[in-house]
Parts: sequence; C-alpha cells; structure tokens
Amino acid sequence: MLILTCPYCGIHCDETELANGGEAHLKREGPGSSDDAFEAYLFDRDNPMGVHFERWRHANGCGKWFLAARDTVTMEVFGTYKAQSIEPPAEIVERIRAKRPDWEGRA
Amino acid sequence: MRRYSAFAIAREALRHHTGWERAWRSPEPKKHYKVIVIGAGGHGLATAYYLGKNFGIRDVAVLDKGWLGGGNTGRNTTIIRSNYLQDPSAAIYEKARSLYETFSQDLNYNAMFSPRGVLMLAQTHHEVRGYQRTAHANALQEVETEWVGPERVKEIVPIINIDGPRYPVLGGLWQARGGTARHDAIAWGYARACSGMGMDIIQQCAVTGVRSEGGQVTGVVTTRGDIACDKLAIVVAGHSGHLADMAGFRLPIESAPLQALVSEPIKPCIDCVVMANTVHGYMSQSDKGELVIGGGTDSYNGFTQRGSFNHIEETVRALIETFPIISRLKMLRQWGGIVDMTGDRSPILSKTPLGNCFINCGWGTGGFKAIPGSGWAMAELVANGEPGPLAADFGLDRFREGRFIDESVAAGVAH
Repeated sequence: MLILTCPYCGIHCDETELANGGEAHLKREGPGSSDDAFEAYLFDRDNPMGVHFERWRHANGCGKWFLAARDTVTMEVFGTYKAQSIEPPAEIVERIRAKRPDWEGRA
Repeated sequence: MRRYSAFAIAREALRHHTGWERAWRSPEPKKHYKVIVIGAGGHGLATAYYLGKNFGIRDVAVLDKGWLGGGNTGRNTTIIRSNYLQDPSAAIYEKARSLYETFSQDLNYNAMFSPRGVLMLAQTHHEVRGYQRTAHANALQEVETEWVGPERVKEIVPIINIDGPRYPVLGGLWQARGGTARHDAIAWGYARACSGMGMDIIQQCAVTGVRSEGGQVTGVVTTRGDIACDKLAIVVAGHSGHLADMAGFRLPIESAPLQALVSEPIKPCIDCVVMANTVHGYMSQSDKGELVIGGGTDSYNGFTQRGSFNHIEETVRALIETFPIISRLKMLRQWGGIVDMTGDRSPILSKTPLGNCFINCGWGTGGFKAIPGSGWAMAELVANGEPGPLAADFGLDRFREGRFIDESVAAGVAH
C-alpha cells in the first residue's frame, strides 16, 4: 500500500486517506492560448514509466493539497512537498538523480 | 495450415500425436513489410487478421517485445458484453460480440465462447435510472438488453443476496447474449490464422524507435534490427505513450493497474456473469470451477502489474455481501494488468500526426470484449488510411473538439 507523508501535518498517511489529483506542474492555459496549448493542458499527459510528479490531497486528514515525486514502476517515493511549489525542490531532484542516474528530468 | 477437426484428432490418436504442427511460425524478420503492427496482443493480432481477411493485405509483420498474448489479453476476466450507452461504443462492442459468436468457426480454433449472459446489478436509485436509460438506448441501437427487477435477478442468480446490508439489489441490466470466452485462445486463434495467411509474428522483438521521412513513417528500429514498412499500426495498450513518444506525438492517456483474483475451484454455482459497479466487484465461474473476480483500478498512475491491497479488501467485502455463500472460499491467485485510460473512458482508433502511422489504444478496463470489433475497425483504418463507420468517432481529434464519448458513467468501474 502506498504511504505518503503529508508535508503540512506531518502524518504518514496510507492511500485510503488520500485522493489523487493527477499530474503536477502542468502549465495552466487561459484566454489567448492556442487550441493546441489548451488541448495539451487539458488532456495530454506524460504518463511515465518511472519518476512521476503528482498532486495529492490529504482528503481524510488535514484536507490540504500537496505534491509528491514517486516511481510508478517500483512505487518508491522520493519525497513530498508543498502544493505552492512551481518546480520540484532541489533536494528532491537531487535524491531522484542519486537513485535514478539515467533519469532525463521532467519533459 | 492443417485444419483442426474431429477427424484430425482421430488421425493423430492413431499415430501417437506425431503429426501436430506448430500453431504459428517464428520467422526471422524480413527487411520490409507493407504493414507493421506493433503489439501481438488480441487487438494487434485481430488487426492483422482482418487486414488479411477483409483487405487482402498479407505482407504484414506483428511485433511484440514479449510473447504474444502476454499482456492484458492474458490478464483480463474474459467478459464479453455490448450494453453501452453511447451509439459509437454500442456499435463497435456489438460488432465485437457478434464476431465472437462465430469466432471458432471462422478461425477454426475453439474460443470456448460461452454466451451465458451478463447481469449488471443496480444497487442505488441512481443506477436504476442509469440502467433503465441504457436499456432504452440499447433498444434503439439494436443491442438486445433488458431491464429486470429484483425477483428476476434472484431467478437468474440463485446464490445472490438481494437484501444486502449496505446496497440491496434493486434490479439489473441483463444482456442474455453476453458472456465469456477463453482469452488465450483468442490471441492464439488469431496468431495461427495470421501465420497461416503468410504473415510474420515476431516475438521478443522490442521496438526502440520509429523512423520517418518528410512526415511519413518509413519503418521501425527494433532489438532485432531495422525493419522498413509502408504503414505502421501501434496497438500496445499500456505502453502506447512510449511508442507515441518515439513517433513524435503525445496522448491523452494515463495508465494504472486493474486487479483480478481467482478462488479455489468449487462445484458450479453461478452460470452467468454478475457485475456490481456500485460496490466495485464482478464475478463469474470458469469451466474449472474457479470464481473469477474483477476488482478496482488504482486511483493513481502505476505500472506495477499488481495493484493496491486496499482494492482487494474493497472488492471481497462487496462480493461477500452480495454472495454470502462465498465467504469461506480461499483465493488462489491475484494479479494486475496495466490499463490505459482516456479522459472519457473510450478508446482511441485514429490517424496520428505522423503520416501512415495509426494508433489503437485507450481501451482502459474493457479491452478484451472489444478485440474482434477493434481489429475489424483498425484494419479498415490502416488499409484505407481513413476510418470507417466503426472507428470514425474514436479519433484523437475528439478531445480538441470536445466530442467526448462519455462512458465513464455508463461503464463505471467494472468493465
């Protein structure tokens, strides 16, 4: 079972306490964006086999949204961080690079 | 290709079974094919088969990185039904169901198709209204289904408990002509027929790149060398994103494990398929006597082919409420398959931004039942370069245009 640590309340919560919110760090589009950009924002996803950044909500807990870096094949969690982050924090990226030397970074 | 028949069994019995030939050849890849199909699962092999049968295109190779039928074709719960809400879905799934009826005769391979009936339980008032609506829609689509009340449900499935503690059974959507088939036999039957038509099925051959020139596909790079082609069909389910990446486009797809489990074998006790979408579980009994149980999909992306444990608990809890007689059964095996899900839970059969490259994916939790119809429609798309009536609504452009084929409500969880 997947266990993540909520960066707000510090609780180690298993997945029955959490709600998944899909891929993280999507660039939002708004008025003036092209059809292509809108389509990509709404539908296209990286769906990687390996390192994945995703949104979670501590739904049956403190209720806060947060972000997580996780391997979709091994289920290894590289860390969780606040939802307000525009990019993954440097220490999490370093941890991923240490464990996954051939990781190509975010697409 | 020698035909299978009662006479062949008698002949081989007399000569100690020395005359059986391999069901399909394992040739070395040629330098060039007219069509390359990536993915030797049910959908890929069916695509190749109908290319040969309906369009006379036999210069075809089917490549697979593992062994044929080793992905979701061999991991599903073998349910066949076509009681969908939206017209395009009903059309392609009903085509598939009707082709399953004649599969064994058509391919001279016993698919063990068993039209035992599929019952989808309604356990909330919302579901009652939803399934009654589906029954009306199916009547207009010429798909034979019927809304049945709780007493009839109990008649069809005597072991069911219609007065469950959480969700009493309020009725059901009954498709008498739905059922099950032997999943491996579908892949093997198509593989044998394709090989018999002179097509090459090349296993243990992973595609590592797609070659193109001036926006047109020219071939693929594989672990067994470069192979050129005029047309390319990508039919790889959970790994569609990576192949799309090689061909230079992105897909509106996310992958997650869907679980199934099988009990110890018991005497026959349930002679149809029962699906309970509200409580996330569905069940049928195999010819060996095992109860085949389908469970939930993980709520997050994953490629583990095992799935999360809390879903097993959820599924088993629901089934014990619905079928109290199974509460003491031991479970023998549990596994997961990676399902490729689109936003509207409908598949993609489409041209792609790369010329002469076509994709068939996104069947999500319900691919097995669609195999013959999917292959039929995909063959038409590959052969003509344009989708036929079955595939027309399933193009990639539907996301941009907002023409969703929304089956996420109609199909719920179980598929």
